[in-house]
Amino acid sequence: MSTPALRLADDPSFGRPEIFHREASGHGIGGPAPKRIVVGYGFWIFLLSDVIMFSGFFAAYAVLFKNTAGGPSAHELFDLRNTAAETGCLLASSFTCGMASLAVGQRSQKWTQLALLATGLLGLAFIVLEVREFTGLIGQGAGPGRSAFLSSFFTLVGCHGVHVSAGLLWLGTMMAQFSAKGFRQDIRHRFLCFSLFWHALDIIWVAIFSLVYLVGTLPPELLP
Amino acid sequence: MSEQFEHDAGSYVGVDRVPGEPIGEERTLRLEVRGYLLGLALAVALTVASFWAVGTHEIYRPGAAVALLVLAVAQMGIHLIFFLHITTAPDNANNVLALAFGVLIVCLIVFGSLWVMGHLNHVLVPTDQLMRMQR
Repeated sequence: MSTPALRLADDPSFGRPEIFHREASGHGIGGPAPKRIVVGYGFWIFLLSDVIMFSGFFAAYAVLFKNTAGGPSAHELFDLRNTAAETGCLLASSFTCGMASLAVGQRSQKWTQLALLATGLLGLAFIVLEVREFTGLIGQGAGPGRSAFLSSFFTLVGCHGVHVSAGLLWLGTMMAQFSAKGFRQDIRHRFLCFSLFWHALDIIWVAIFSLVYLVGTLPPELLP
Repeated sequence: MSEQFEHDAGSYVGVDRVPGEPIGEERTLRLEVRGYLLGLALAVALTVASFWAVGTHEIYRPGAAVALLVLAVAQMGIHLIFFLHITTAPDNANNVLALAFGVLIVCLIVFGSLWVMGHLNHVLVPTDQLMRMQR
């Protein structure tokens, strides 16, 4: 079977804007993809590049893990109860963020604001726990300047913390915009990007708590 | 229309989906909530398993680090499926391809760095010994 070139006139939406916009697929016929798809996909690409940036910090941490310069090692420093509490906060906030996106789909102002508030409070609790942990470490002389291991640890985990803090600012903005401007299309696009960002931060935290905290607290003789 | 697009057989011409977007029209709210709850339950179970794997002697101890890596990858998969709604359907092809490329680069950076740096540690003279040799 020969495959004729796609002609413009073959496109059922040609010259019919009402179909053009409805059937737009971004796959060569029916016109460009709708704005929602373009925005969401573009933000997805950004998030993947953010993950690649984190992978650089993970690689640095993995390489420098044993370079403690005579200072404290991961095995002596990490408190797993704190890590468990942080993990719980972030996982629950990821869930409430999902609930917020369902509430936005239902156009329910009350549930959107409640779910976003819960997400924000859980995220804030995470940041408080992390700051407390960091000040505790610095207080006992295990700050980022102590060894290459601690420099890479603070860079990796701190970078995630900065992302969560930025996410909290964004979340507050979204709550204000939903209440002031309603469920306008552009606001919903912004919220879609925010929820992607928040879920991605939780995925990065899964890697951090497993590979930094849990693997770090294994007895040193068990590590390669 | 199907006749007109015969040359498109096998290629996908529908509308794409965005990651993170609830499935929407075809599913009821109850099913959506159930999906998120299932994802949460699985993620909690894998988290508990990870914390359990650190201290337990039930699993072969030298394999504990690998077990933690596997549990982490599994939980990231759960997050991608239940919270970001990544599927293998054709409307997700772009999302999955971008994700696959991201994973490839992440693996190159992490395992490449570990490989090269481990090799350098193995073959190069440590700095303090080098200083002594030059003296």
